[in-house]
Amino acid sequence: MVAKRIIPCLDVKDGRTVKGINFVGLHDVGDAVELGKAYAAQGADELVYLDISATVEERNTFTSLVERIALNINIPFTVGGGISTIDDAARLLDVGADKISINSAAVRNPGLIDEIARKYGSQFVVLAIDAKKVDDKYLITTHGGRQLTERELFAWAREGEQRGAGEILLTSMDHDGTRDGYPCELFAKLCSELSIPVIASGGAGSVKDIADVLSVGCADAALAASIFHYGEITVGELKRELKKQGIKVRI
Amino acid sequence: MIAIIDYDTGNLRSVCNALERIGAEYCVTDNIDIIKSADKVLLPGVGEASSAMNELQKRGLCDVIKNLTSPVLGICIGMQLMCRHSEEGNVDCLGIFDTDVRRFVPDASKGVKVPHMGWNEIRNLQTPLFDGIEEGAFVYFVHSFAPDICDDTIALSCNGREFTAALSKGNFYATQFHPEKSGDIGEQILKNFIAL
Repeated sequence: MVAKRIIPCLDVKDGRTVKGINFVGLHDVGDAVELGKAYAAQGADELVYLDISATVEERNTFTSLVERIALNINIPFTVGGGISTIDDAARLLDVGADKISINSAAVRNPGLIDEIARKYGSQFVVLAIDAKKVDDKYLITTHGGRQLTERELFAWAREGEQRGAGEILLTSMDHDGTRDGYPCELFAKLCSELSIPVIASGGAGSVKDIADVLSVGCADAALAASIFHYGEITVGELKRELKKQGIKVRI
Repeated sequence: MIAIIDYDTGNLRSVCNALERIGAEYCVTDNIDIIKSADKVLLPGVGEASSAMNELQKRGLCDVIKNLTSPVLGICIGMQLMCRHSEEGNVDCLGIFDTDVRRFVPDASKGVKVPHMGWNEIRNLQTPLFDGIEEGAFVYFVHSFAPDICDDTIALSCNGREFTAALSKGNFYATQFHPEKSGDIGEQILKNFIAL
């Protein structure tokens, strides 16, 4: 069977990574290529680069950065942030991105998923969903959790799969940044309703949290940022721990 | 010189980048004379089988590929096109390898997902393509269809059912996984191919 994946996420602004201050053994933690290579060497299965730029100039810098990443990194990587048209996706594919993730733009215009998947294949399209619990339902938010929509999580994820998304990247906005662990029941329910892989994001504070979401939560992959960037644990240490607990990982 | 066959099936960039990293000389082309005279030929690609076959036919490349005598490596959809037939778009393919390509069946109770995406182990490794690669090495797969096991199978993997992860017959080689995205192990496999 396919191994569970561990995916460090790097935030990029104006061509530089913006976290990672305690990363050991690296000359320039702001260099997105160098940091990505270090994660790959530790055993990361994939990387996600998230463009948090605000201006067009910064966005162009990101595109040339993606070109450098593609040339230097020998594992798959996804890029996300600000992709709202098929032309944005094409531009990133042309410079070597393996996958793109779309979020708010897909909520606004669901046909974008079909359009990109038809042209470039489902393997290229990751549908990122930010969900928030309201009463007893999970609703979709956009714009980094600032705007609540009326779309319900499970219906939207199923729609995304039908439209051609190759993977779902789910962040629970109630857990993101808390380091209290992932909502495993939510992930288990989502995984049982979909046939495409689900990546769990937001909430990892410990090895146990990640082990739980990959076992109890049935997630296919775990994405995390701060636990790696601040040097609390390396990807290699994490994966060895997961293996000890009987979770299949690539060592 | 390695000729990478350009038949308009998506991203050839990652294959080029991998060859850059290992210092191999290559060109991206659909020119029949260049392909025929190349030392090695790569048939990569992502996409849908019947439209990919159509792209090969449009360029008059089907017989050219079948008659090549230099080492040829098909990757992912490139491998599937070298088989007899694909269930994807119900299309007859090049028939270099004596096997057919079938879809995976998702099974939530066993954790079988489609597409089969991520790192999986390869076993029963044979031929110089896998020199220096250990049994159970992990490589990166992204696909929903895979060839059945046959006499030409030189590596196996499993996603719900066992399937062919690599094939070889004479000068023809193929991998269902992406060596260009499979870290150091993938680069070793590409180097092994280049050294053939």
